[in-house]
Amino acid sequence: MSTALNVLKSSDFESDQDVRWCPGCGDYSILAQMKKVLPEIGVPPEQTVFISGIGCSSRFPYYVNTYGVHSIHGRAPAVATGLKLSRPDLSVWVITGDGDALSIGGNHFIHLLRRNVDLNIVLFNNRIYGLTKGQFSPTSVEGQITKSTPMGVVDHPLNPISIAVGADATFIARSVDSNVKHLAATLKRAAEHKGTSFVEVYQNCNVFNDGAWSYAQDKATRADATIELEHGKPMIFGQNRDKGIRLNGLNLEVVDLSEGKVKEDDLLFHDEKANSVLVYMLARMRRPDFPEPIGVFRDVAHETFEEAIRGQIDSAVSKKGRGDLQRLFNSGDTWQVSA
Amino acid sequence: MTTEAKSKPVKSVSGITVRLAGDSGDGMQLLGTQLTNTSALLGNDVATFPDFPAEIRAPRGTRAGVSGFQVQFASHEVHTPGDTLDALVAMNPAALVTNLNDLVKGGLLIVNEDSFEDKDLKLAKLKTSPLEEPAMENYRLIKVPMTRLTKEAVQEFGMGVKEADRCKNFFAMGLVYWLYGRDMDATLRFIHGKFGGGNPTVAAANEKALRTGWAFGETIEGIGHSYKIEAAKLKPGTYRNIMGNQALAWGLMTAAQRSGKELFYATYPITPASDILHELAKYKNYGVCTFQAEDEIAAMCSAIGSAYGGQMAVTTSSGPGIALKAEGMGLALMLELPMLVIDVQRGGPSTGLPTKTEQADLLQVMFGRNGESPLPVLAAQSPADCFEIVQEAWMLATKLMLPVIVLSDGYIANGAEPWAIPNVADLSPIEIKHPQSSNNPDGAFRPYHRDELLARPWAIPGTPGLMHRVGGIEKEDGTGNISYDPENHQKMVNIRAQKVANAAKLLPPQKVIGPQSGELLVLSWGGTYGACLTATQQAQAEGRSVALAHIRYMNPFPSNLGEIISRYEKVLIPELNMGQLRMLIRNRYLVDAIGFNKVKGKPFAVSELTEKIAELTKSASHAKAS
Repeated sequence: MSTALNVLKSSDFESDQDVRWCPGCGDYSILAQMKKVLPEIGVPPEQTVFISGIGCSSRFPYYVNTYGVHSIHGRAPAVATGLKLSRPDLSVWVITGDGDALSIGGNHFIHLLRRNVDLNIVLFNNRIYGLTKGQFSPTSVEGQITKSTPMGVVDHPLNPISIAVGADATFIARSVDSNVKHLAATLKRAAEHKGTSFVEVYQNCNVFNDGAWSYAQDKATRADATIELEHGKPMIFGQNRDKGIRLNGLNLEVVDLSEGKVKEDDLLFHDEKANSVLVYMLARMRRPDFPEPIGVFRDVAHETFEEAIRGQIDSAVSKKGRGDLQRLFNSGDTWQVSA
Repeated sequence: MTTEAKSKPVKSVSGITVRLAGDSGDGMQLLGTQLTNTSALLGNDVATFPDFPAEIRAPRGTRAGVSGFQVQFASHEVHTPGDTLDALVAMNPAALVTNLNDLVKGGLLIVNEDSFEDKDLKLAKLKTSPLEEPAMENYRLIKVPMTRLTKEAVQEFGMGVKEADRCKNFFAMGLVYWLYGRDMDATLRFIHGKFGGGNPTVAAANEKALRTGWAFGETIEGIGHSYKIEAAKLKPGTYRNIMGNQALAWGLMTAAQRSGKELFYATYPITPASDILHELAKYKNYGVCTFQAEDEIAAMCSAIGSAYGGQMAVTTSSGPGIALKAEGMGLALMLELPMLVIDVQRGGPSTGLPTKTEQADLLQVMFGRNGESPLPVLAAQSPADCFEIVQEAWMLATKLMLPVIVLSDGYIANGAEPWAIPNVADLSPIEIKHPQSSNNPDGAFRPYHRDELLARPWAIPGTPGLMHRVGGIEKEDGTGNISYDPENHQKMVNIRAQKVANAAKLLPPQKVIGPQSGELLVLSWGGTYGACLTATQQAQAEGRSVALAHIRYMNPFPSNLGEIISRYEKVLIPELNMGQLRMLIRNRYLVDAIGFNKVKGKPFAVSELTEKIAELTKSASHAKAS
């Protein structure tokens, strides 16, 4: 056997299955960036497992040549947790959608985040049910006309980042399907984080909800409609980078930098280690009042779930010694029956 | 020496059934367990029936709050906790009136007379004291001022009123121990083990109460003699007392060790299965990983993840939780991964009777999934049998690459019996192979390539070259790729059914206890084993032509079952449901089986079954005459 390091290539992750998403779907871009990033992460295909639920995004595992489980609706976080507890050595990705993670699987999603299992969740948010052909989802906006809401959605939408903050997720990020460089960099950051990494991806469903994120995708609008979060840097955005975000009391506000009245130093400096109140305020930044943040909202270190669980097992073994079944069975009160 | 010499005469009897009844939270379950262990240590065969309300602390003194523990101990083999009571200990009026019906005429009735005051009667919704009723003449009533005597006995320890009052249960225990010649050693060890470390005063007071109860029996004039029950003649070996859920937990640990696996146990708290979690959570140093999931579905699905990763994955629940796991079980059978799903049945439907026993989940585990989705189903027959059956189920799961369902029930889970401790070194390994190289030299690994039993290879993540995807969508045979081809779907449904049917090749044939042909076959399953066996044996002793076939393998049925059924004129199927096995048997073997069904949250009494058997068979004299 050669001792030379095997350099992984994108083709190592190429599966032999035909990709069956609709032409023009945002999922293609996410798949492409994932295949680009996987060799860079350096975990070989046999050590990598993709786990998904049900929905368009959940076909993802078939399209990468790693181990994979295409499970049932909403349950991918639970399947992944069981796998990771049994096999902490594996690199595990959960691929999910807005319906899968936030509606039918909402419970598992929050419990995965709060436990901080060391895996990565990528949520393809297209604000619609695609695979069932066009009903509203938990992230659909109020008033949205869908097949199941001909008079408009009345449900108030969930904000995935807010939920992640509420569940004390240790890594929270957002990216956009068409912003390929940003997406690749964000996926890589997620993989590098130890603990549960949550990435929301604005993903366009060009068949049932086309243009839902056009403001964040189109070159013409995205500089004003989004703001890129960079750790340690002031929060500046706009086509001419002449607008900023300032903390005023307990509120954020958009300020104009062009007239020189407000200086960069007055702005909010993004801090990935900030307390969750501040992260929550970033999560609530929504158009049209604010640009929507993309990038890493939060990246903090905390013991992982499997470390804690394995730690208890190791500690029990070191304190009590490896268990001996025969000794256990014979412990306590026993009696002999002779022939 | 704790068992002092007795001044009163001792009467030898072959077996005794006692029930301790009092407030839930009064420690009746604890006392019952102590009496059981002590009796087992004396070499008696024992069988128990704990019966308690679902509420943790139902209102004190009310009928709803009565908790009972029944134990039969004998010098002969016993398989049931007994139909009727030789003695009843009633700690309050509610306990007396709710249990008196089961006490035989002339039976011993011990009551705490201090708790029969007006307020106690009112709590039990009684206008007058039942102790004053003429019906009391039917029993040997012993009124003991337990509260007062206990208070006086523990006065020296300077405890509060409530704390001192709590010791009265051990007073009652001491009296029962004296009556039946039970040695106090094991219970004294328990008292000092439980309270000694943190609260030596409580330990000392409880010991004093126990010894005072014993001395009371020795001196009080109302009790003329005590009883002696010789040791039973069990098979030679080392024994301990074991409860069903404990045996189940230990069986799982043993199965994991035999197969060189870590045990991944995922569950969600539910009565009466939670004690399995409590037990396994103690054994982390045995490599047991317990995961209390956020819900039943997550418990099921995390087991799937663990199984995909190559561990021994197990999830347990009771009826309502199994309903929630159904979709996950369907996925597991599509993925063809080995794992165990264990249903400790309770009274249903819906929340039903959480603390009471029933056998009404058989059809749920057989058919409660969408699509054509058969799975093997095994049913434990007694507390100790839980140890064996989960190992058998795991062997089956790994050989066939399938989830296997094991049924227990509340009666088995909380019941106890003597268990012959196995020699762990003698247990054969359960061999599992994870492929290391591709089964398809010309192309991609074939995850659904099959062996002679139709099992697919258990290739696990981390193995180079064997990357593959599994999922709930129908897959092509061999490659495992998504397939919507009509012929393939038919083929896969057939394969999955045949795989379950192949389990019969790995399992022993059905056994019959009694004549190999004749008038009546009693066909039973699960926790009714003890009652059905005892009833059948009694009927056989009366000369009736009856045999018992107790089924452990519910799906697939043993291959010789149909042939056995055909050798008897009639088939009687007693079940604690409305006829679920009967439906399966009638469907499968086209036999007009007769049902005997009860859903009262209670096990069968032997007498109910012997009456039914008598109704269906000719008496011995008849048989000879004809």
